[in-house]
Amino acid sequence: MSRLERRFAAIKAEGRGAFIPFITSFDPDPATFQRLLAGLPGAGADVIEIGVPFTDPAADGPSVQASGLRALKQGVSLKKTLAAVAEFRKSDNETPIVLMGYFNPIYIMGCETFAKAAAEAGVDGLITVDLPPEEEAELRDPIKAAGIDIVRLIAPTTLDDRLPYVLEHASGFFYYVSITGITGTASPTLDSIEAAVKRLKKHTDLPMAVGFGIRSPEMVGKVSQVADAAVVGSAIVERVTANLDDQGQAKPDLVEDVLGFVQQLAAGARNAN
Amino acid sequence: MSPQGVNSYRAGPSPDGHFGLFGGRYVAETLMPLILEVEKAYYAARQDPSFLEELNHYLTHYVGRPSPLYFAERMTKELGGAKIYFKRDELNHTGSHKANNCLGQVLLAKRMGKTRIIAETGAGQHGVATATFCALFDLPCVVYMGATDVERQAPNVARMKLLGAEIVPVTSGAQTLKDAMNEALRDWVAHVDDTYYVIGTAAGPHPYPEMVRDFQCVMGNEAREQILAAEGRLPDALVACIGGGSNSIGLFHPFLDDDGVEMYGVEAAGRGLDTDEHAAAINGGSPGVLHGNRTYLLQDENGQIDEAHSISAGLDYPGIGPEHSWLAAEGRIKYVAATDDEAIEAFQACARLEGILPALEPAHALAYVMRWAGTLAKDKIIIMNLCGRGDKDVFAIAKRLGLPL
Repeated sequence: MSRLERRFAAIKAEGRGAFIPFITSFDPDPATFQRLLAGLPGAGADVIEIGVPFTDPAADGPSVQASGLRALKQGVSLKKTLAAVAEFRKSDNETPIVLMGYFNPIYIMGCETFAKAAAEAGVDGLITVDLPPEEEAELRDPIKAAGIDIVRLIAPTTLDDRLPYVLEHASGFFYYVSITGITGTASPTLDSIEAAVKRLKKHTDLPMAVGFGIRSPEMVGKVSQVADAAVVGSAIVERVTANLDDQGQAKPDLVEDVLGFVQQLAAGARNAN
Repeated sequence: MSPQGVNSYRAGPSPDGHFGLFGGRYVAETLMPLILEVEKAYYAARQDPSFLEELNHYLTHYVGRPSPLYFAERMTKELGGAKIYFKRDELNHTGSHKANNCLGQVLLAKRMGKTRIIAETGAGQHGVATATFCALFDLPCVVYMGATDVERQAPNVARMKLLGAEIVPVTSGAQTLKDAMNEALRDWVAHVDDTYYVIGTAAGPHPYPEMVRDFQCVMGNEAREQILAAEGRLPDALVACIGGGSNSIGLFHPFLDDDGVEMYGVEAAGRGLDTDEHAAAINGGSPGVLHGNRTYLLQDENGQIDEAHSISAGLDYPGIGPEHSWLAAEGRIKYVAATDDEAIEAFQACARLEGILPALEPAHALAYVMRWAGTLAKDKIIIMNLCGRGDKDVFAIAKRLGLPL
C-alpha cells in the first residue's frame, strides 16, 4: 500500500474528507519554505502538494505565478525541491507528498533519473499539468516502476467518453479541476461539484480531490464533505505574499501566520458535519 | 517532385501530431478536448470545397494574392552574385504574411460556431491581421501583447485599437511574445466554450503547427509557379527569417522534396550567438517542451526557459515551430543567424537599393542573403521571403540611427 492509499483509507475511516494544502517550493526562500513544509502536518495537512516552479506556468493564475518567480530568484530547481522533500522525510515518514509542475524540468532532468530521484527523496505522487495521457508514455513507465502515483487532472471539459482513457493509468487519487480556468481565480459552486462527483464516481473508485478556487475554511468543509479531499493553493500562497516586507523578504511571523491559516483551513475539513 | 509518403519531407505530422521527436500536444487537461475539437474541425474544413472556396475568395479579393515574385535587380548587382528574388508578402493587406493564416483560422472559428477570438502577438503583425479579420467577420477580438512590445511596436498597437480589438499588455516575464502566449493560453482555459485561439506561428499544440503551415503554404505554391514562369526552373536556394517559423515553413514546405533546392532559415542572433542575448533556438538551444509542443528552446540546465533577445519583436521568442526542429534534425534545412546590427544594415540597404522598407524580421533574412549571395555564381537563383513591411519599425529604427524626427 502506498502512503497515499494508506492516508486516504485512514481518513475515510475517520468519516471525513481530507485537506490538501499547496505551497510553492522555495517560496519565499529556501529556509522559510523548509520550515513551512515541516509545519504543515502539525497544522492539519493530510497530504501536501508542492508546486515546482516553472518560468512559463500557463495554467496558473497571478498568485501562483508570482510565487514561482520569487522562488526561481531564490535558485529553486526540481533537484533542490527533491532535496527539500528528502529533508522533510527525515522527520515525517507518513504524510504523502505530491509534486505539481510542468513537464519541461522533468524532461530536462531525464524521466528515468527524475523518477528514481523522486522515489528516493520520498515523493508519493506526481501531477504534470501540461502532460496529457496522450504524451505521457515516456514518463509513465519510469514513474510507475519507481512506485510513484500518477495523479491525473480531470476538468469539467473532460467528457464521459474521454474519462476511461484519462483514468487508465491514474493511481493514488485524482484531482478534479473545479472550474474551467486558471488557479486562484473563479470559485466553483457546490452544486457543480456535487454533479461532478456523481458523474466521476461512476468511472472510478479512486479518491477525488477538488481544487482551483477553494479559499476558505467553510469551502474546505463543504467540498471535503462532498468529495474526498479539498485542495487550497492560491489562498495559502497569498497568505505567504502578505507576510513579505517591501523588499520581498519574509517577515519574522510568516511561518506562524501561514501555518495558523492552514490550521483554520484544516479545521474546515475536520469539523464539517 | 517526390511523391508524398515515407520518403517525403512533406508527409508530417503523424496522426498524433508529431514530427519525429518534436511536436505533440502538451496542454492542460482543460484544453485537451478543445484541441482535439480544433483538429477534427480543421481536418473536415480543409476537405470541404466550400471552405476552400471562401478562403480563396478572400485571399484573392481582400488580401490581394498572389503576391508578386520580384527580381531585385539592384540588390543583385550590388552583391555581384546570385540572382535575388523577393517573395513580396509585405504587400498583403495588413502588411505581412500573417494575413494568410489569420484568414484561414478566423474562417475555421466561424465554422466551429465560436463567437470570440483571442490572439497573442509579438511585432503586432499577427495581432493586426487577427483584428482585421475579426472586424471583417464581426467578431470580438482580444490581443495579448507583451508590455515591452506594446512600447516598441506602438504603430501596430494603434492599428489594432482602430480595428476594434482590445489590447491586453502582459507584464509577466520579459513582457514579450512568450509571455503573451502564456496569457492567451490562460484566457483560453477560462473561456473554452465560446473562444477560439488564433495562434500566429507554426508552433503550439497539434494541430496548430500543421494548420498554420498549410495556410502559409500559399506563398511557396505561388513562388514555385512564379519562378518557373520567370526562369523556367526551380531556384537554387530559399531564404527566410525564423521566429516561430511560419513565413519560412510556408515558403519552404512546397519545395522540401525538391533535392536541388537548398533552404536557409535565418534565426535572430541578437547581440551575437556568443552572448546570451539572442533568439536562436536551433543554433543556441536544445529540445524541450513549451507552449504545447516539444521543440528546440533556449533554456537552462534545469529546464527553465531563458528570455530571448532580438531587436525584432517578431523573432523575440525562445522557441521555434516543431516541424523546423525536425527538419533541422533531418538536415533538410540549414539554420543560420543574423545579428541586430546586420538586420539594421540590411534594412537600410533594402531601402536605398530597392525602395522597399522591409520589416525588421525579413531584414534578418536579407542580412544573410547579403552575406552569402556574392559568393555564388551569377546563374544561381535565390528566393527570399520578404514577409512583412517595415512601417511598424520606422520610428524604432530612426531612433536607433539617431535620425531627428
